[in-house]
Order: sequence, then C-alpha cells, then structure tokens
Amino acid sequence: MEKYLTINGRKVLFDKEKNLLEVIRKENIELPTFCYHSELSVYGSCRLCMVEVEGKGMLSACSTPLESEMIIRTNTEQIIEMRKIIVELLLANHDRECTTCAKSGTCQLQTLARRLGIDEIRFRNVIHKKPKDVSTYALVREPSKCVLCGDCVRFCDEIQSVGALGFANRGPNSIVCPSFGKNLELSECVYCGQCSRVCPTGAIAPKSEVSAVWKALSDTKKKVIISIAPAVRAAIGEVFGFVGENGTEAAGKIATALKSMGFSKVFDISFSADMTIVEEANEFLERIKNNGTIPMFTSCCPAWVKFVEQYYPEFLPNLSTCRSPQGMYGSVARRIMPEILEVPKENLVVVSVMPCTAKKYEARRSQLAKDGVVDIDYVLTTQELALMIEEIGLRFGDIKPSAFDMPLGFKTGGGVIFGNSGGVTEAVLRYVVNTKSDGVDDAERFSFVRGENGLREAKINLDGRELRIAVVYGLKNARKVLRDIKTDKTRYDFIEVMACPGGCIGGAGQPVYTDLVARRRRTKVLYENDKIMELHNPQDNPYVQKLYKEHLDKPGSRKAHEYLHTSYKCKKRFKETVELSDFAHDSNVKVNVCFGSSCMAKGSKEILKHIVNFVESEKCKNKVDIAASICLEKCSNGPNTKVAGKTVERCTSETVEKAILDELKKD
Amino acid sequence: MGANYEKFETVCRVLEENKFDKSKLIPILQAVQEEYRYLPQEVLTFISSSLNISPAKVYGVATFFAHFTLIPKGKHIIRICDGTACHVKKSAAIINAVKKKLKLKENEITTKDMLFTIETVACLGACGLAPVLVIDGEVHGQMSPEKVVDLIDNMLKQEVAKQ
Repeated sequence: MEKYLTINGRKVLFDKEKNLLEVIRKENIELPTFCYHSELSVYGSCRLCMVEVEGKGMLSACSTPLESEMIIRTNTEQIIEMRKIIVELLLANHDRECTTCAKSGTCQLQTLARRLGIDEIRFRNVIHKKPKDVSTYALVREPSKCVLCGDCVRFCDEIQSVGALGFANRGPNSIVCPSFGKNLELSECVYCGQCSRVCPTGAIAPKSEVSAVWKALSDTKKKVIISIAPAVRAAIGEVFGFVGENGTEAAGKIATALKSMGFSKVFDISFSADMTIVEEANEFLERIKNNGTIPMFTSCCPAWVKFVEQYYPEFLPNLSTCRSPQGMYGSVARRIMPEILEVPKENLVVVSVMPCTAKKYEARRSQLAKDGVVDIDYVLTTQELALMIEEIGLRFGDIKPSAFDMPLGFKTGGGVIFGNSGGVTEAVLRYVVNTKSDGVDDAERFSFVRGENGLREAKINLDGRELRIAVVYGLKNARKVLRDIKTDKTRYDFIEVMACPGGCIGGAGQPVYTDLVARRRRTKVLYENDKIMELHNPQDNPYVQKLYKEHLDKPGSRKAHEYLHTSYKCKKRFKETVELSDFAHDSNVKVNVCFGSSCMAKGSKEILKHIVNFVESEKCKNKVDIAASICLEKCSNGPNTKVAGKTVERCTSETVEKAILDELKKD
Repeated sequence: MGANYEKFETVCRVLEENKFDKSKLIPILQAVQEEYRYLPQEVLTFISSSLNISPAKVYGVATFFAHFTLIPKGKHIIRICDGTACHVKKSAAIINAVKKKLKLKENEITTKDMLFTIETVACLGACGLAPVLVIDGEVHGQMSPEKVVDLIDNMLKQEVAKQ
C-alpha cells in the first residue's frame, strides 16, 4: 500500500525515510535545524524543526517517526513565531561579535536570524563571556558561542569513539567541555576537527595561521614555499561558487593565486603522496616478504596515528613508519630547496595547505623536526587559503590557471586520489600488483576499493597469496577493526584508515559542508582528475625517480628512512594518579602500581595488596609512598609497577618487593 | 596502611561488585562518594578508565546530579530544608543563623576547617516538622535559629573533646 503524507496541502509519498524531517526536506522545504545530522543519532534538542501535525499538535520533525496519512503544516503563524523566539533566546545568550567570528558567513545561527527576519531581540542579553580555549594547534573553542546542540559531542562519540567533549552541569549552567573543564590539549582529542565542521556556530573552529603566513611573506629575507594537498582542489571552488569538473582548473587557479601572493614556489602535495606510496608500498612488500608485522596500517592520517598512540599502543608496530605526504614534503623541501632557491636554510619558510585540522598538530610533532627546526612552519586549511584569496581581492572564478613548480609539483593520478577514502589503498595496489592492464584502463584497475561505506573489504591475489584489505573511515569503525583483530575474529594484511568520513576530502579544514552531496561531488572530482592524468602509477613519476637517484638512494634505503620515515610513541591518556599513602614522606621511594584496565584484569589489585602488606611489615614503612597510576602504557607487558621511576614489567609481588628493597639499599 | 588505601580498595570493590558495567555508573559514583564524601578527579578518571567510558561522560554525569560533588565536603553535613512549608516557617532565618555561626561567606558552603558543610534542599519530605533540618542523617524538627546554634555548639564541644 502506498504510504503518504500531506505536507502543506500537498500529497507526498514516502518509503524508507527515517523521520518526518527527511521527507519534508525531500520536498525541498529547508526546515531549520542545529542538532540534526543524518550521520548522527537524533537528539531533538534545538526544537527548530517543529511542525504542526494534525491531531497531535507541535512536534519536532527530526524525532517524529513516520505514519501514513499524517497531515503536516510547516509554516503556520504559530510555528514561525516559535522559531523566532527560539532563535532570539539563543541570541540573547550568545556572544554576538559576529564580525570577528571565525564562522562569520558560514554560521547557521547568523543565517537563520537573517532567514527568519529577526530585526530585534526582545530579550535582555545575559551572556557571561567565558574564556577561549586556544591550547591546541588545531582548534579554538569559544564556549560563549555554544548553542548546546550537542553535535560535536555526538560526532566525537558516535563516529570517532573518542568522546573528548561532553555536556557538563545542568540547566542554565550547562556547557560543552572536555572532562573536568580542562583545556582541549589535555583531553583525548585527536584533532580531526569534525566537531568544528558540525558546529553550527563559532563555538569550535579551526585555528587560523593566516596572519603568521602573511608576516612571513612580507619578510624580504625569507623565501616562502607552499604545497597544496590533493583534496584542496576538490573543494575550494565551493567558497567562490566555482565548481570544476576534475579539479585541474581549480588547482591551476590556486597556483596562480598563491604566486600572486608572493610564494616563491608553489608545489603539489600529490607529488609527495606519490613518494609516500612508493615508500609505503615498498615497506608493505618487505613486511610480507620478511614476515614482518602484519596487518600494516596506513599512517598518513595524523588523527588516526594519535588515536593508535593513545588507545592501542600495542598496535604501534603495525603502523607504517612512512611519514605522511605532508611530512615527506617538509623534510624533502628542507633538504633540497635552500640550494635551489639560493637561500640560507634558516630563511626558508615551509607552508602547506591541507583539508585538515589534525595536520596542524602533525606539523608540530617532535618527530617531524630536525635539530630543533620544524620541517613545516605553517599549515593552512582550505578555508584559510580561501580567506587569503578573498583578502587580496582575487576573483577566483575568473583568474587564469597556471602550472605548479618543479620538482615537487609533478604528480601521477595515484597521488591525487590520496584525498579520497580508499585512494591510498588503490595507489598502493597500483604499485604492488604487477598485472598487465589487459585492456583495462589503468585508472580503473582497482576501483573496487572505492565506495561510500565506512568499512569496506577487498581481496586480491598477489603472487599466489591472497591479500586481505580493509578500507576504513571514522575512528569508531577503526576501533571495531582493531578489536576484531585482537580477538582473532578477522585477519587483514593491509588496512587504510582515515579519521574523517569520506577521507581527506571530508576533512574539517575544507569549506563547511552539511549535505552529503558535497562529499560525493568532491570524491568524484578527484577520481576524474586521476582519469585525465598522463600517469597513474606513483612509481612512474619521473621526478620521484630523480629525487631518489639524487638524494635518497632507493625506496627503503637508509637515506630514505632518514628523510621519509618517522616513529611513534605511546601517548599517556590519563595523567592522574591516586595517592594511597596518607602522608608524603621525606626521603622516599615512589611506587606506582598500574591500575589501567588491562593491568587490573591481570591482577594489579592483588599485587597492590601484597606490596602494601610488605611495606607495612618490613622496616620501610616511612620510606615508601604508594600510588595507583591510571595506565603506565605498557599494556601488552602488564601488569606493570613503577618503582622509583623504573617500570617493572610483567611484575609479581616478589619482583616489585625486590625492586623496592634494591632502591632502599641505595639510600 | 592508612585511610587512603582503604578508600581506594573500596573503589575497586565497588567496581567489581558492579561487574565493571557502564550502565551502573550512577550507583558506582554514589558508593564512591559515600566513601570519600566527594568525587575526587583522579578517582573519577580511574572509574572512567575501568568502565571504558570517556572521562568527559563521567564528568558530565557527576556534574549533572546535585547529589554529587567534586569539591570535598566537611565532616558534618547540615541539610536545611527550604521547601514551601519550611520556607513559610522562616527557614531563611535558620540558614542565616547557621551561616553566621559557621562564618560562611555568600557562596561558601564548607567551613575552612572542613568540619561543616551546609546544603539547602528543596524538600526533605517532613513538612509536618517544619522548619526542619538534617544533621549527618539525623532529623531535627521545629527548629529555630537559637536551637540550631545550640546544636552546632554541642557538636563543636564533642569535636574538641575528641581531640
């Protein structure tokens, strides 16, 4: 039987839509919402999508299940007045410094106020300005601009399984913040920045480095070089109402714009992506050949890398040691560019443009620096680049495209599709699997790894061995894969993980999108771009080959490792310890028993009990302080206890007692 | 070993008794607060790690309910009812008398020596005894400012005697 609604007097059929809101939007009625995102659970807090359902009264469309023959009105006088009041109340409790707000122009609250024709706010402003949180390189939090829609909280929890942000307090005191009201830097945030993408206002926004870059550009002593990531060309046009077919034109226009800003060289990160593939695919083959650690995880997404460092240190050996394309660009540029530009090393400024907020954090990782000099000085997002173009007044739609500079500007299609979820895998396969093309277009050979799902699997034959591949986006999906591997539920050889839905094209540094159509369009742009490339296999890139010959020997060589690889470190998630001694003693031996969940399961409670008894009975009573630590981060070797700074792994009460006695003897 | 260790052991026991079940977060927090008289940050972090939920969520629950506190409370807790019935019978005067007696400023609820914490509650459900207050679980009905000051004086005397 046909199911239908009557919306504003018109009969509308529906079928599998999840709720009333989706049917109404399908009818091209843009009901306002703050808290509704089709990827997230329904929350129903903003009340902006209220509609009148005959016989039922006012209901929020997002949380109303569909029933056939409902009669809906979306624009009665009462509804319009209610929406206005909601927005006015939000504005009365909002830091309305719109002109200086990072989200000005893309803010949904601003847009809605305009759409609803709000020309006066009937309520007294009650905003108490709360301090900004600028603790991270990636994001800025401005709690005074929060509308409590909870989008950030749900994204972080439901898609990324991180939960760095949460609601705290209640009623008029409610806020969204990291645990204990700490700064974001001290939380488990992986800086994917998707919170800032879903935030309807400026309460969380990417941190801007625009003014620092202008400053470097105006310094006559400095030579500033820049490189743009593949995903940037797929989205920047959205800001200027320019949508290209395949990204080539947009990339060319970006090059023109950057040159007129005064950058000495304009490069393409797709070049270093080619290099990443060569190095990473080579590493993968080595691992397979030498029975190395398998599955190998890709390591180009810094949010994913931080995620592993924080939650799954036991999987660190599985991460490819290859630097991300940004990391490779940085180190290679530092090595070769001073000579090419004839500029002293210290006067070279290296900038990159990324679709990503986590890349800002990545650039400051201690592993991406040499002798105290960071490889990449500044990281701009696509949004920031668009702003810079606007700032100098260029008409993006009308400027002529120009070419990238060499040598770091030549790429193959393999380096371009990096920006899509599945792109890295596809490019690696182009390197690893030496099948004849069989008349199949090179660009389409491995297109079976493409797709929209957050967890995709593929199998492929490599010299008689079946390779099992997983392509993942969203860290919750990644967590599931890691759990399945841990419990032997599944086996893979190669796993690509990108934190952001859709991969880098959906990154938080890109122009804000709310509609999944935008994501699909960007994905398509990169695949189309690949198609028109002369070369598709990263290993065929002549400039990459030349770079190896002149500077890096061959893939996997010692030199290549020095410049193109990196290392990872377990990251402490919790810094708290629970002190168990009643008084701090003077000359003491500090004992920390690990009470992380893994050690606890392995019996740290019994060990603690023994140690406590031991300390009581022996004559060391006033010389030993005991505390419970929440994770000493050696989970695979637990249970662990730290005695005077040294960790006793796989400890027993005997080994710890011995360590304590040894320490006491020293005194 | 001393009190700190015993408290921590209790936390471990409470977690075990609740089988490390996330959905038991509220009863776990209640039991832990019973032990510490407040919810210390490091213990909340420990609970979040043991139950495998993010600390932001645990913090959210701990700050949502008025019952929980993240600030240490005094040894004796005085709950003064300010519900309708008590309010009509001038509970405000009692609150003021207690505050004055304990030298508490406007937003302070705990004395500097950590002996007393005062809380006002919306209704203790003992309206027949209005105005009413509860000290350490014991109900005192038909209070007056003078009577409550006497009660506090007695408690102070007992504290001195203990020392």
